[in-house]
Amino acid sequence: MSSQSIVKPQSQSYLNMPDAGGHFGNYGGQFVAETLMVPLDELRQAYETYLKDPDFLKELDDDLKHYVGRPSPLYFAERWSQRLGGAQIFLKREDLNHTGAHKVNNTIGQALLAKRMGKTRIIAETGAGQHGVASATVAARLGLECVVYMGAEDIQRQAINVYRMKLLGAKVVAVESGSKTLKDALNEAMRDWVTNVDDTFYIIGTVAGPHPYPAMVRDFQAVIGREARRQILQQRDCLPNRLIACVGGGSNAIGLFYPFLDDADVAMTGVEAAGDGLATGHHAAPLCAGKPGVLHGNRTYLMEDSDGQIIETHSVSAGLDYPGVGPEHAWLKDTGRVEYVAVTDKEALQAFHDLTRIEGIIPALESSHALAQVAKVAPAMSRDEIIIVNLSGRGDKDIHTVAALDGITV
Amino acid sequence: MSRITQCIELLQSQGRKALIPYITAGDPVPELTVPLAHALVQAGADIIELGVPFSDPMADGPVIQRASERALEHHVSLRQVLAMVREFRQTDTKTPIVLMGYLNPVEVMGYGAFAKAAAEAGVDGVLTVDLPPEEADQILQELKQYAIDPIFLLAPTTSDERVKKICRVASGYVYYVSVKGVTGAGHLNAEAVAEKIAHLRQLTDLPIGVGFGIKDGASARAVAQAADAVVVGSALIGKIELNREDHDTVVREVSALLASMRNAMDTENTNS
Repeated sequence: MSSQSIVKPQSQSYLNMPDAGGHFGNYGGQFVAETLMVPLDELRQAYETYLKDPDFLKELDDDLKHYVGRPSPLYFAERWSQRLGGAQIFLKREDLNHTGAHKVNNTIGQALLAKRMGKTRIIAETGAGQHGVASATVAARLGLECVVYMGAEDIQRQAINVYRMKLLGAKVVAVESGSKTLKDALNEAMRDWVTNVDDTFYIIGTVAGPHPYPAMVRDFQAVIGREARRQILQQRDCLPNRLIACVGGGSNAIGLFYPFLDDADVAMTGVEAAGDGLATGHHAAPLCAGKPGVLHGNRTYLMEDSDGQIIETHSVSAGLDYPGVGPEHAWLKDTGRVEYVAVTDKEALQAFHDLTRIEGIIPALESSHALAQVAKVAPAMSRDEIIIVNLSGRGDKDIHTVAALDGITV
Repeated sequence: MSRITQCIELLQSQGRKALIPYITAGDPVPELTVPLAHALVQAGADIIELGVPFSDPMADGPVIQRASERALEHHVSLRQVLAMVREFRQTDTKTPIVLMGYLNPVEVMGYGAFAKAAAEAGVDGVLTVDLPPEEADQILQELKQYAIDPIFLLAPTTSDERVKKICRVASGYVYYVSVKGVTGAGHLNAEAVAEKIAHLRQLTDLPIGVGFGIKDGASARAVAQAADAVVVGSALIGKIELNREDHDTVVREVSALLASMRNAMDTENTNS
């Protein structure tokens, strides 16, 4: 199949994707049931209109500043850099956002769009619960009805986030089908949307799904990279040598990478979850160990068996536990612009403890994957080189998981 | 002329409407699928839609999701589904078979290899739920080469412009999804459906099948007044699920429900 061939970026820029049909080379697109095609087109039109509308952009900027707390700091992790003995490491502090992760950048944007489109009900899928909490938060803020779909397995594992969503007024629906995890929650949210499409806006939490979601979520998250670029120029008067971010669906990574894609001297690494190790098969690393296929409305790299059935993933981090990845990452991998690697549960946990003890910052387990990759490459780099790593979320939500792994009952 | 077109034209010449049952291949067990398909023909099926199980059936309601899960417990693959069609064709060369499913299993096999294997097995049409015409150029070429009809869905949300675009590439029949929602959902509003079909007929000459919300003789009859074909899925799967431990009862119950629809549809046609 031609999905293996590589499409070079148009006019030597990486910023012109996707095409009109939502394709990033052979990836992306709109693979959904007919009922959703017209609603997706309405969404695309609204998104294209409002992203050029000064009123909308002002409302978005105001909310990002006063409600989310942007810009998030770019923090020089001096002690950790010294300890690793190589590159200077800067942390983009998305963990300091309201609700504790980058997810809210996107839910604010989509919820404001929902309001402009006259939708009164929002739905979302969630794995670890971060996107669910971020969706429930903006729904409360805007007075919209909110339903969050969450796999029954994940509900067991993430009781605190489930309660947070309920406190915020959201209805959390347990998904009992399939593997009862994030991918099944996404299926169920799609089923809700197809049924209630007249009054409902579906807030997808990552850069996956049918067009326009991958591009729209990227555009809402690109504030991360725009700020980081400005901040490093202010602080060091140069661009970084390397950007590093974890990749589940890939929204925090694309948010950091996108504004730097045409800076040829800035290298980029996306870090997937290797779980117990790529060789064991127990992982969530479709870019490193999967194949192209079609799931959840787009063509991308997937974890699938030889019959084309989607297989279950494993990661200590629920937010990375997803069998697909955003189609733009699939394209960036094939073009070679971004390198993708994978880090095991064990390596991520080590980085979790290191950052906590050395810098006094408790990172999310998702972000800890990116930090583990920093620890691998920084020592071999020179002291005048710079790494920016996206600290995409805070680790409070993971305290129970880490304690249990360390044999401690909290 | 394809087997599907021949079938529907013959029925039209008799003043009858096509009855199209859907079952998921491999549900409740792989060895029951071919006998069940033959029984459906006995009970009055004109065309059979055979579901290819998929791990993530995004457009299906709980009844068909569970059918897919039961089939996947037996690891029923697309290749096995094609083997079932081949077995069915050994004794039935007349009844058209439409494969219905999601794109990824086809994508993994490869469009060319799939179209060739499907044609050799005796498949007449392919309905890929998550493949709108915008993404279908490549597979359409392959299906055309092997004379397999691409069946597409039309939805209540589909604009006139899209209806025309879809019907330009569809053949055999088009399948009008009568409610916004997933399979097995919602109430059928026969009057609204009749109005919609009258409108669709101004946009296409293709036969129009209607599905979603058809569960008994009365709803089948109501839809058959306006449509060329009546598709029934979840109601039959419900019978399979209820009796899944007793295969004889599955065949008997499913056949009885389909026969009651057949009778209701044909009776109405005689009277009108």
